[in-house]
Amino acid sequence: MWNYTDKVKDHFLNPRNVGDIEDASGKGEVGSLACGDALTLTFKLGADGRIEDAKFKTFGCASAIASSSALTEMVKGLTLEEAEKITNEDIAEYLGGLPKEKMHCSVMGREALEAAIANYKGVPIPMAQGELVCECFGVTDLEIRRAIQESNLKTVEEVTNFTKAGGGCENCHDRIQELILEVRKEGREEDKAEEAPKRLTNIQKIKLIEDVLEREIRPALRKDGGDIELIDVDGDFIMVSLRGACVSCVASQTTLKEYVEKKLREQVLDTLIVEEVKK
Amino acid sequence: MSAKVVYMDNNATTRVAPEVQKAMVPYFSELYGNPSSMHTFGGQVGGALAEAREQIANLIGASDDEIIFTSCGTESDSTAIFSALQTFPDKRHIVTTRVEHPAVKNLCENIDNLTGHKHKVTQLPVDREGMLDLQRYEESLTDDTAIVSVMWANNETGVIFPVAAMAEIAKSRGILFHTDAVQAVGKIPIDLSRNSSIDFLSISGHKLHASKGIGVLYVRRGTPFAPFLIGGHQEKGRRGGTENVAAIIGLGKACALAGARLEDENTRVRALRDRLEKGLLETIPHSMLNGHRTERLPNTTSVSFEFVEGEAILLHLDRFGICASSGSACTSGSLEPSHVLRAMGVPFTAAHGSIRFSLSVYNTEDEVDFILEKLPPVIANLRDLSPFWKGNHPGAVGSSQCKCSC
Repeated sequence: MWNYTDKVKDHFLNPRNVGDIEDASGKGEVGSLACGDALTLTFKLGADGRIEDAKFKTFGCASAIASSSALTEMVKGLTLEEAEKITNEDIAEYLGGLPKEKMHCSVMGREALEAAIANYKGVPIPMAQGELVCECFGVTDLEIRRAIQESNLKTVEEVTNFTKAGGGCENCHDRIQELILEVRKEGREEDKAEEAPKRLTNIQKIKLIEDVLEREIRPALRKDGGDIELIDVDGDFIMVSLRGACVSCVASQTTLKEYVEKKLREQVLDTLIVEEVKK
Repeated sequence: MSAKVVYMDNNATTRVAPEVQKAMVPYFSELYGNPSSMHTFGGQVGGALAEAREQIANLIGASDDEIIFTSCGTESDSTAIFSALQTFPDKRHIVTTRVEHPAVKNLCENIDNLTGHKHKVTQLPVDREGMLDLQRYEESLTDDTAIVSVMWANNETGVIFPVAAMAEIAKSRGILFHTDAVQAVGKIPIDLSRNSSIDFLSISGHKLHASKGIGVLYVRRGTPFAPFLIGGHQEKGRRGGTENVAAIIGLGKACALAGARLEDENTRVRALRDRLEKGLLETIPHSMLNGHRTERLPNTTSVSFEFVEGEAILLHLDRFGICASSGSACTSGSLEPSHVLRAMGVPFTAAHGSIRFSLSVYNTEDEVDFILEKLPPVIANLRDLSPFWKGNHPGAVGSSQCKCSC
């Protein structure tokens, strides 16, 4: 079971400010049923320009409900400018901390607040303007960039914990990795050590393999009366067929693994696996 | 923990039966010998092991020499699948289902890395009730298929697969057949003595009131076998490592008890389960059963409550000492609901709010009534909090929609 603080449990079991404000000044809706959590936040602005009342309705787990409840308590009495400054970290701190896998619940609270304020001002929701990175959970690059920056995130997994981005089909993991590198590079221009590992396309990989075969491996095998033919490449699996003297050679398997595979790993990609295809 | 615990999470683990515990204790104290030893002191333990082996074999209609002790159900599953792949080194196709326990599912999905060979893995789909299509199964088998691994009963829904028939089809094609039966053994009658074509069957001790840390792999006489743990001569060289004596004795006792209690499980426990299920579905609107109504274990029910989230339900139940589990995303630490419910096509509106109750012979009618009293207000409470609940359901709101194929 999750290790929730007493404050989280209290706000979950006794949520404050549940409901919808009928004549709300602003209303923000984020999340969806499909995503597993959703929050509707309404607030009413008083004559003094301060938030007089705030209410929420949340579908989600204990930390989502607790984060929403905490948020409504936190914003009461604040001006909109003050309320806009509340970060997800503030919400988590108010609750005495959240498990790292649950940080996205506090992010959702903050986004609902932003959406509600945007609704009041009659402007588009700022975070929804960016490029849609995670289609499963509807997360934009702006949300991801901000989470990386503010919470000092370093891995895709951390980004998923904070924003949910990348937690579904995982197709956007490469893009999230790029964003992490971009944001962190912007933060520390001088630090250029973090380069994305080079990823070969299939064509590049096959060309390189053919090149090494032609240049080094085949000439070496031919010296002993053997030969090798590239049959297919499937991911990291390199299917080859042995020819000539190699076919009947007792050491051919050793040659395949100790020589051919080793050469290809050294010069193309260290995850390659060479397999012989028998007729 | 406060006084009262209503434990209905027996598909996760079970209490060690008091009789089992009593049988185990001497093997932690005065009878601590190693059954492999030459002296009488150790050797006497060997006699007790033989008896336990027989008790286990009896429960499933097997012979003593078809029982291999392992450390858990997961080890049994891995042993069976790796053994089959070694038996047929040239075959590179595995047939399994989309709803397997991670012990089989994750193993099959990582088999290329583990073996260094590329394999094709067919994960058979299930229908809305969690059932397999046997024709589709038959069509999936090829000359390249080394092994079929299909669970006997599903841990989340309790749905039972026709493994005996499936094993026969596999056998007729010269394919080995494994079944992960950890949820089935002890809950429904299993008799492998009658012309069974099942080659491998996995058992886990702690699912049937024995202790954790003990499993069994049944290997049919005549089925080719390659060990997974190689070491000493234990288990006739089929599984190295000194026997977990106390746990084995306990499992023997637990199997004897399970055999004697099978009828109770399939009458009284089934009636309790049905009473709980019916009560929940009748009193709570927008609730639904997950899984086939009849082709199912007698102890399991998975019910979804729309527009509320499973973890929140569980934490409310926890306040009353009620133990259950959920297929919601939040309980697993991942962001998506259980792979079983997704494979069944349970709508997202319901998958996030699924609760599984799994009973045992130790549950009572009072406990069922207690849950029927406590759960409906919890759901009503959480629905009051839910933006999707307005007396009836208005459908999804919110800015982000799920566009992916999940």
